[in-house]
Amino acid sequence: MEKRTMKAWLYLLPAILFLGVFMVYPLVDVLIYSFEEGYNSASQSFFGVGGYNYSYVLHDPYFLQALKNTFLLVVITVPASTALALLVSVGLSSIKPLRDLFQTIYFLPYVTNTLAVGLVFMILFKKTAYSDGLINLFLHWFGSPSIDFIEGPYWAKMFVLCFYTIWVVLPFKILILTSALASVNQDYYNAARVDGTRRGRIFRRITLPMISPMIFYLVITGFIGAFKAYSDAVALFGTDLNAAGMNTIVGYVYDMLYGDSGGYPSYASAAAILLFAIVLTITCINLLVSKKHVHYSK
Amino acid sequence: MQDQMDYQKIGKSAKARRILRNIFVYTMLTFWALIVLFPFYWMVLTSVKSYSTYNAEYIPKFFTLAPTLANYADAFTSVSLGRYLLNTLLFTVVTTALMLFVTTLAAFAFARLEFRGKNLIFTLFLALMMIPNELVIITNFVTVTNADLRNTFTGLILPSVTSVFYIYLLRENFAQIPDTLYYAAKVDGTSDLRYLRRVMLPICRPTLITIGILKIIECWNSYVWPRLITDDADYYLVSNGIQEIRENGFGRENIPAMMAAVVVISLPLIVLFLIFRKKVMEGVSRGGMKG
Repeated sequence: MEKRTMKAWLYLLPAILFLGVFMVYPLVDVLIYSFEEGYNSASQSFFGVGGYNYSYVLHDPYFLQALKNTFLLVVITVPASTALALLVSVGLSSIKPLRDLFQTIYFLPYVTNTLAVGLVFMILFKKTAYSDGLINLFLHWFGSPSIDFIEGPYWAKMFVLCFYTIWVVLPFKILILTSALASVNQDYYNAARVDGTRRGRIFRRITLPMISPMIFYLVITGFIGAFKAYSDAVALFGTDLNAAGMNTIVGYVYDMLYGDSGGYPSYASAAAILLFAIVLTITCINLLVSKKHVHYSK
Repeated sequence: MQDQMDYQKIGKSAKARRILRNIFVYTMLTFWALIVLFPFYWMVLTSVKSYSTYNAEYIPKFFTLAPTLANYADAFTSVSLGRYLLNTLLFTVVTTALMLFVTTLAAFAFARLEFRGKNLIFTLFLALMMIPNELVIITNFVTVTNADLRNTFTGLILPSVTSVFYIYLLRENFAQIPDTLYYAAKVDGTSDLRYLRRVMLPICRPTLITIGILKIIECWNSYVWPRLITDDADYYLVSNGIQEIRENGFGRENIPAMMAAVVVISLPLIVLFLIFRKKVMEGVSRGGMKG
């Protein structure tokens, strides 16, 4: 090999080593794991190759529960957070005074520790023997009976999880949308104003098409992020998510791998690959749908 | 006369509508700001209420007349919060430093050096960006366990080092530096490494700071990998620490002390963010993601 090439590879060596050991090799390995039946982590042996791990996972009630929770979470939080972020960003870009202050405040959840702040949410929503908690106090004002959001009915737990997830993901979306709104060429707005176009129409006909690539980007990353939800749920309901009935797919993978119900890397691998397949499919569908609705300026 | 009246009327109603719209916009923005800030307010408030005051309040109060710092003392003495903070600091600093080193060298090779197979390997790197962490973490867990690196900093740090996205970001920035500078340096007999250190790094300092901060945020908040790889409380990072405190720390009911711990854990990143506000937000909008 010539000297120049040798030298370049030397510069790349650390990165290649790290990526090779901790990304490329695991990628191949996880596929192999997922097809090895009856893998025993103590003796590192297995007694067959086939699709049994997948079929086990797909018939596991915990996995089905996790699947249901994750889908609900995705279906609720992705549209809700994107719409809310759009509303806030449009409001933000229509004002001048206090704009920086608002932007800074809105960004705060991004830099906070999900586990730590989740604990605050848990306390706000939780009902204990000593106190009904703050949110229940609000509910009382409206004449509603108190609800235990952390250990109570399923819909209440789902509500807290969705609410917290939206609270956590919103900073990123607001940031992206405000910068997208700021980059729309002002000439379009001026032209519309000369024509006397109404504000609602300007928004639908100019603003939305111009920022549609960014909205679409947020929807895709939102889907991917929501499918991988895990630490938000742990923060609210504790580490034993199966017992709380609030596990997510990623949570199922980790529980299979490690912890009280752990020690089954084969099942974990199969579940992880199923998750990847779901995310990939949804992303492809998104891409197909977007071709019709997203406007890319040339 | 009549015409002028009409114009005044139109002007007035337009002004009224503008004011109304502004009132609506500010109300909405303030409302959301309150929702964002409230949990922070609540955690600080609860952390300065004394244990007995907190538990005596069946209906929580929105302020306290007798603030106390006793909970903070508790947080550092009765659980090992100080230890968790030190562990996290060490983990964050070493991981970020290693990441910057590896990333800089790789980005330099991609941006500056010419070699066979460059395009191919760069494409492969980019393809790796699409691989979710959840897919590779299983094998990494097995690898680290088999290497007997559980409950060590080596096991915590090594798999967390590389981020393909940062290599990509830095390469783009390096590539913007004009070639002429490089040739001039070559004529003067400057070595590649020296050119990287003396010319490229200073020029690209803003990008380096941005990716450094993003990595720090990521490390400080990381939960999943540390949870898998440590079960000895001596090696817990803050996320696992807070989970441990919640489950077996002060006894489940000492919520003020727990909130004091939450404040202590949250504060460093909030301060860092307020100092580097512009950099953080710019970096995140260029492609940062949570988690």
